[in-house]
Amino acid sequence: MSWVLILEQTLNGVQFGLMLFLLAAGLTLVFGIMDMINLAHGSLYMLGAFFAAALVQATGSFALGVLLAIPATAAVGMLLEMSVLRTLYERDHLSQVLATFALILIFNEAVRIVWGSDMPLSTPAALSGPVQLLPGLAYPAYRLLIIGVGAVVAGFLYLLIARTRVGMLVRAGASNREMALAMGVNIRRLFTLLFGVGAGLCAVAGALLGPLLAVQVGMGENILILAFVVIVIGGIGSIRGALVGAVLVGLVDTIGRAFLPMLFGLFFQPRVASAAGPAIASVLAYLLMVAVLYFRPQGLFPARG
Amino acid sequence: MTRPLLASALASIAVVVASLPSQAADKVKIGFISTLSGPSAALGVDIRDAFMLAVKLNGGKLGGFPAEVLIGDDQFKPDVGRQLAEKNIKLDKVNFLTGFVFSNIMLASVPVAFENKVIYVSPNAAPSPLAGKQCNPYFFAASWPNDAYHEAAGQHATDKGYKSVYMLAPNYQAGKDSLEGFKRFYKGRVAGEVYTQLGQLDYSAELAQVRAAGPEAVYIFLPGGMGINFIKQFVAAGLSKDIQLITPGFSSDQDIIRAVGDSMLGTFDAAHWALDLDNAANRKFVAAFENEYKRLPTVYASQGYDTALLIDSAVREVKGKIEDTEAVRKALKAAKFQSVRGAFKFNRNQYPIQNYYLRVVGKDAQGRIVNKTMGTIFKDRGDAYVQDCPMK
Repeated sequence: MSWVLILEQTLNGVQFGLMLFLLAAGLTLVFGIMDMINLAHGSLYMLGAFFAAALVQATGSFALGVLLAIPATAAVGMLLEMSVLRTLYERDHLSQVLATFALILIFNEAVRIVWGSDMPLSTPAALSGPVQLLPGLAYPAYRLLIIGVGAVVAGFLYLLIARTRVGMLVRAGASNREMALAMGVNIRRLFTLLFGVGAGLCAVAGALLGPLLAVQVGMGENILILAFVVIVIGGIGSIRGALVGAVLVGLVDTIGRAFLPMLFGLFFQPRVASAAGPAIASVLAYLLMVAVLYFRPQGLFPARG
Repeated sequence: MTRPLLASALASIAVVVASLPSQAADKVKIGFISTLSGPSAALGVDIRDAFMLAVKLNGGKLGGFPAEVLIGDDQFKPDVGRQLAEKNIKLDKVNFLTGFVFSNIMLASVPVAFENKVIYVSPNAAPSPLAGKQCNPYFFAASWPNDAYHEAAGQHATDKGYKSVYMLAPNYQAGKDSLEGFKRFYKGRVAGEVYTQLGQLDYSAELAQVRAAGPEAVYIFLPGGMGINFIKQFVAAGLSKDIQLITPGFSSDQDIIRAVGDSMLGTFDAAHWALDLDNAANRKFVAAFENEYKRLPTVYASQGYDTALLIDSAVREVKGKIEDTEAVRKALKAAKFQSVRGAFKFNRNQYPIQNYYLRVVGKDAQGRIVNKTMGTIFKDRGDAYVQDCPMK
């Protein structure tokens, strides 16, 4: 158990957490302000990854492909909002769940028809090697890039929410939607814009995680569940809550995956330890959510005071 | 039941039985189900392409009869595989079932075949339970026992004198078999034995553990997309400079080489077949495969090709009377065909007895990255479970 190992696992956890934050941020705003459960959020993440893979192939440049995928996915997100999702705002949550679940299935098959079941996406050659952070710790350069981008986007979102007029409207809508409407805020345009931003964030996460995981149909489903856990822990409607919750979940999941098998290995056989370790590590995030719900049901940083 | 009713019941049964079609074979129907999509699709695609190549080179026939191959995609999901197997067996009434890549999907799907006395010839998955206590007369492995490559790799690690080896495999039957097999022949110290999630693609946590453990070599069993991601991340984390990577043959094969590239040069692996094996059947196969599909075949392709040749030889032996399942079984067991791996014979549990070779990833005369045969690790090896099998 060395400091290098703990530092490396912490970096891994932060990297995973920041990517979760990109998804959770869009999700929490949609749920918090529009009061809509959007299961198709994971599909926008998948679309972002596929757009990035296709554009990287078309342009030959990783950076260009990723950058162009963002407005492409945002456009799809806004179109989706204007056409389908707008009809769901007035309905109850169950109808929203059913409708957006149908959207997941439709998006999965549509992507399969357009691009096939999966697409290759590789880390750019310049970033496929390690960076010597400390003597004895050579950390993959690409993961450092992800941490960097995640931090920059988090900072940008903070500025957007805390320092701009649009951000003020968003915060107003999150804390009391009826009052914001009554005060004359153009809710329709705000919602569409919000959706576009959320979709763009999903695209960043999908495009960046594509080379590490695999760009394939159905990739959004697993990460969507974790994103919901994050927004419940962080507090619905709160960006700060999404950030703290995401990094917490990322750290708990990674450190659990890394150290629980070791801990179990002291008491059980390796096969049991290695099966139980990751299983319980993935449950840890939900245990954390249960604990937060018990002690602070509104989340760690609730938007509605 | 009253007399008239009984009579009419018996009469209708007789009519139905008389109208059942007679089963003389005018063609051979094969149900081929494999993983044709997702990160591990390259494996199923290779088996399918090689199988169809063998049929094509035979003029579209197997054993002299026209072959109808029904192809299905299990999408790496056991329930989909099982549904397709049920459809093939109950609706399409196939004569042979084949194709599965992954042991978990196969184990979920072949019971349907066994119950309906349909023979399954495995072009890949050959797990230990079916070699030993649960050996089944309707199961033939045309590939190699799941443990075999791992035993050979373990022997190689012992021969090379690596003092410590860190091992990783996915947490399913073949994964467990693989590390058991490696440990059976590796006599050094096991620095770590980690079972990852099947389908896991991000190995950052595991790689940090490897770095902390500091072994001389790492042995992985991570087929398909899992292996590609692991090797890429292994190199990206800077671990390939100090730690030797050993893999079973398929984890360093053409599909992985195409995805990973130069960073794999120098990896050692063990397999029952290589591109440069010197026999007539293999030379014909490699040339035809490259000509037809414009890429080099993997071990999976060699197994798919051999499966087709094996079925072809059996149908030929029984002169087309494939409805006589017992005769087909005997013909399969005799295995009278020219395999691309050289000599081929079955053990009494219907798993092969064959040689295993040491290979290294290097460049061939044309500068392409391929596996080159370095030597023989095992000669005429069977498997460790045959003594538990009650079949004769």
